[in-house]
Amino acid sequence: MSAALEVSGVSKSFGGVRALSLCDLQVEEGTIAGLIGPNGSGKTTLFNVVTGYERIRQGEVHFRGRRITNSPPDTVFKLGLGRTFQLTRIFARLTVMENMLVATQHREGWLRSMLHSPHAPGERRRALELLEFVGLAAARDKPAGVLSYGQQRLLEFAYILVADPQVILLDEPASGVNLTLIEQLADRIRDCNAEGRTFLVVEHNMEFVMGLCDKVTVMHQGRTIMSGAPEEVRAHPDVLDAYLGGDFPRADELAGA
Amino acid sequence: MTRRDETSPVGLPGERDPADPADPAVSDEEDPGARRRERVRKLTAAVLAVAVLVLVPVMLPNPTITSIGVFTLIFMTGATAWNGFNGYSGYVSLGHAAFYGTGAYAFAMLAKHVGLQPGYSLFALVPLAGLVAGVVAIPFGVVALRTRRHQFVIVTIAVFFVFQLLAYNLSWLGGSLGLFVSQPSWPGETFNDRYYYAALVVLVLTVALYVKMRNSRFGLQLCAIRDDEDRALSVGVHVGRVKLVAFVISAIPVGMVGAIYAYFVGQVLPQFAFDPLFDVAIAVMCFTGGMGTLTGPLIGALLLEPLQQYITLQFSASAIYLVVYGALFLLVILFLPRGLIPTTAQAWRARRSVTPEEPVELGAPPLAALRRRLVSGGGAR
Repeated sequence: MSAALEVSGVSKSFGGVRALSLCDLQVEEGTIAGLIGPNGSGKTTLFNVVTGYERIRQGEVHFRGRRITNSPPDTVFKLGLGRTFQLTRIFARLTVMENMLVATQHREGWLRSMLHSPHAPGERRRALELLEFVGLAAARDKPAGVLSYGQQRLLEFAYILVADPQVILLDEPASGVNLTLIEQLADRIRDCNAEGRTFLVVEHNMEFVMGLCDKVTVMHQGRTIMSGAPEEVRAHPDVLDAYLGGDFPRADELAGA
Repeated sequence: MTRRDETSPVGLPGERDPADPADPAVSDEEDPGARRRERVRKLTAAVLAVAVLVLVPVMLPNPTITSIGVFTLIFMTGATAWNGFNGYSGYVSLGHAAFYGTGAYAFAMLAKHVGLQPGYSLFALVPLAGLVAGVVAIPFGVVALRTRRHQFVIVTIAVFFVFQLLAYNLSWLGGSLGLFVSQPSWPGETFNDRYYYAALVVLVLTVALYVKMRNSRFGLQLCAIRDDEDRALSVGVHVGRVKLVAFVISAIPVGMVGAIYAYFVGQVLPQFAFDPLFDVAIAVMCFTGGMGTLTGPLIGALLLEPLQQYITLQFSASAIYLVVYGALFLLVILFLPRGLIPTTAQAWRARRSVTPEEPVELGAPPLAALRRRLVSGGGAR
């Protein structure tokens, strides 16, 4: 297997705070990878670096063998790397359907984008299919801002799929979402994965991560401290150390929680 | 969980809860008939509106009224174009008067040097003046759009005053004496009609342009920038380019009506062509009608510009309208924070629909919705 996403030796500081220090990460093609770690361990910063929201001076980011270090977000997306945000960000005043039509599969200049109607039947049908895929088709003409938080998460997920990205980064997709929607989201992620899409998921909900991911990487203080299969990671003393600060319950107790 | 084969595109998941109350609506396919009927209705309304505007000089052949009409059409166009950038992108430019002035000056210069006789042929220079305004908008936009939101407002004001200062001080632009445009010797009672119809043509083209744009992906991307610029970037929107193109495009109609103004008045002076109050007036019109809607700016200008002209003529005091505008702006912000069109449209929908929908809250919640929520007891839906 080849690496869909490869981060090597990335460091990033904000003033005196070292958010990432020589961070390495590999996500294999076709897997669902999890990224966990305590608050402030640098997970979101790593996402921001990969997707071009933060610039780095040290380290490299490769996407399917292509160097994307410091590429701007729109370029990164066009290459096939989509992401969601920790706090869901949808276009609140556009309708659900319009949200779906902002992104496009094709490369398109501004003139074309002005003359070409996104309401063409083909595109609408595909957008509708994706909305049905996440269970939001009935809400297609509502302004996206009136959706519940969990539904907004699903919408965010759906409109990233419009442009058919091969690798998707999800930043805490399950936070603030009710249990039914969490399961629905997990199912959709598995569906997309079965089609060959690669995922990297940051999440605090351990049940969600452990149930979904093939491999889990743990971050602590700006670096990845280990990665492995979920069961392996769950039992590893370093991980419990990082999470609970040394004095921790035994692995089997945690598993039962 | 059934896994679908690799070949199927992302599509319908196999299973769905049949008890889901929202489900029946999913099964009915998109209704193209409804969309077509909606389009026909809107088109009919537009044709009727244009017909009424065409008939105004015929039914009311009074130079005072047609003169008010010319200015009203100028401001309807200006408001539509201004809203076409500001209402959709969420950026507020208070420097569009620079394009109005540029259009006016460009027209006066062109009229002087091209060597056309005053008459209908000079109207051919109007699009050219608009183009000049568009070209001028490119460096303006490149500089101003480096900033975001509030800083952008300040920068546009600053750049605008650079334009005004240049007009005052460049001798080839006539300095503080401005430029003259020689006018044709059309009969007095129908003199204004030519300008009226020229302005009407520009208005119709401008509105058509923005209807097209609002329904294009470009328009959606512009609205996406308004709602969340960084998010738009992460779904592959070329944010910088979309903003710049929208800015430049909105400058062109403003330049064109600036040219019509120059031809109509016959003299271009720096303080009137580059008038900071132009943007204030247009902003009040757009806020009154409803920012980010197609009809809002038209209605706003249609209400306010005749009012301003009337006050100016009636009291022969050109500054009273500023007091009126200020008061009106306060009232709009207090009682119609989203503007006339969105508020009435929502009230209309609420009356028609049998089951009142959850009010869509954008900006401040309308008073009625607030009251309903208080009556129904807390945040329960």
